[in-house]
Amino acid sequence: MTSRRFDHALLLAGFLAIWQVLHWAAGADVVSSPWATIARAVELLGAPAFWGHVRATLAAFALASVISIAGGIALGLWLGLRHFAGDVADPILGTLYSIPKITLYPIILLMFGLGVSAKVAFGVIHGVFPIAIFTMNAVRNVAPVFRRTALVMRLSPVTTAATVMAPAALPEILAGIRVGVALTLLGTLIGELFAATSGLGFALIRAMDVHAVVDILAITLLLFCFAACVNASLRLVERRARHGG
Amino acid sequence: MGWRLHITKVGAARTAFVVLVFAALELLCRLGVIPLVTMIPPSEMVASLWSILAGGTFNNDIVFTLYNIVAAAVLAVVLGFFLGAGLHALPRLRRPLVPLLSAYYAVPTFVFYPLLIVAFGVGRTALIVMGAMFGIVAMIVNTTLGLDHVPPAVDRTAAILRLDRWRRLVLVRLPAAAPHLVTGIKLAVAYSVIGIVAGEFILATAGMGKRIAFSYDNFDNRTMYGMLLLLLIGVMIINGALSAWERRLHRRFGQQ
Repeated sequence: MTSRRFDHALLLAGFLAIWQVLHWAAGADVVSSPWATIARAVELLGAPAFWGHVRATLAAFALASVISIAGGIALGLWLGLRHFAGDVADPILGTLYSIPKITLYPIILLMFGLGVSAKVAFGVIHGVFPIAIFTMNAVRNVAPVFRRTALVMRLSPVTTAATVMAPAALPEILAGIRVGVALTLLGTLIGELFAATSGLGFALIRAMDVHAVVDILAITLLLFCFAACVNASLRLVERRARHGG
Repeated sequence: MGWRLHITKVGAARTAFVVLVFAALELLCRLGVIPLVTMIPPSEMVASLWSILAGGTFNNDIVFTLYNIVAAAVLAVVLGFFLGAGLHALPRLRRPLVPLLSAYYAVPTFVFYPLLIVAFGVGRTALIVMGAMFGIVAMIVNTTLGLDHVPPAVDRTAAILRLDRWRRLVLVRLPAAAPHLVTGIKLAVAYSVIGIVAGEFILATAGMGKRIAFSYDNFDNRTMYGMLLLLLIGVMIINGALSAWERRLHRRFGQQ
């Protein structure tokens, strides 16, 4: 345990050292020093205006995540249980997942205008397809013997779904949610970069406009910490589902 | 026989579905349910795409973007492979890095693009570095996963043949990890495209992203949708080819 903590400390030290070297090599116009950036991040965390942006982003991110998860699971369950529909949809979903959604920003803006709905829509088109794909595969990969056992035990469809299918498919679905939620955050932030009047993406684009290097790096650093925390906690839930069931 | 019939039926249903979606869009646009300022009918998009290609007006932008994508993807794949191989050899460094690497794609790293412009100037280099920066992490992650899946017997054979470290990596482990590496290549290309197009949207002298942003700003929906369609078709072709390669390797190596 202590050696693991030592590894973390070593990684952090190495990361800060590389950052400092980059700062020396490229200059403060390109990379602000780690200390200045961290100081600025702490300062931002104490500023009420910054928390206004955080709240705006969190609200849009939460709404987009709920829509992505609910929509992705519903679509994935349906396609996973209906084999024909699943086979038809599989490559279509794969294509929708892989196209660079950022190219669609003009269409989203034209459809939703500037504001909250555009950034939520941007988050959803990023998050919903991976969740649908993971869910569909999760349902399809449930061992046939489970389903047959449920049949032999004469379980009702509802009981089968709740006590056999759901626990068997859950870890995979949670993996999909982890991937999907990360992309939903990316989508929401991209939406804010191009289409918002508030939120962290908007704060970033404003910092970019006035070339406030330290602000760009400080906000990105905070966003990265937030994303890593969300990712780590979803990973924990996933691991518990995998081993607890 | 039954399987083949199933495949044919699935293909037909898929084609019908896609055609129906586009027909519905066409109808909605023609009827004015979707206003022209929002979306032009798909047939008009195709016509615009055709005139762009036939007229050659944007050939420079198309070549510019394509070149940048290829350069960024090659950089991301080659550097990502060696960094991934290095990380795989250092499990103590890798373990604390994993959660950070998987959080990488939740943050739009292309906000660093203005900093790259200061460092490299407006032009090709900043865009290529941007694309490579966005793509490389996917390659690193998939390289480490691929090396995890190299069968121990293969490694031991390489040891018996007394291959040095370098040859063992390139001649033995690289091919053995191929299916995951191709997945990495596919993702690195996809993310490089995102990085470059995002950069071109934000600030560039040329490129398809720049043309799309420019026509959006000038309410020139015809050009915008034509270019968008061209970009999406191009990305789908690249992705389709890499996916086919990936499937073939997975079949050959008998993995899922």
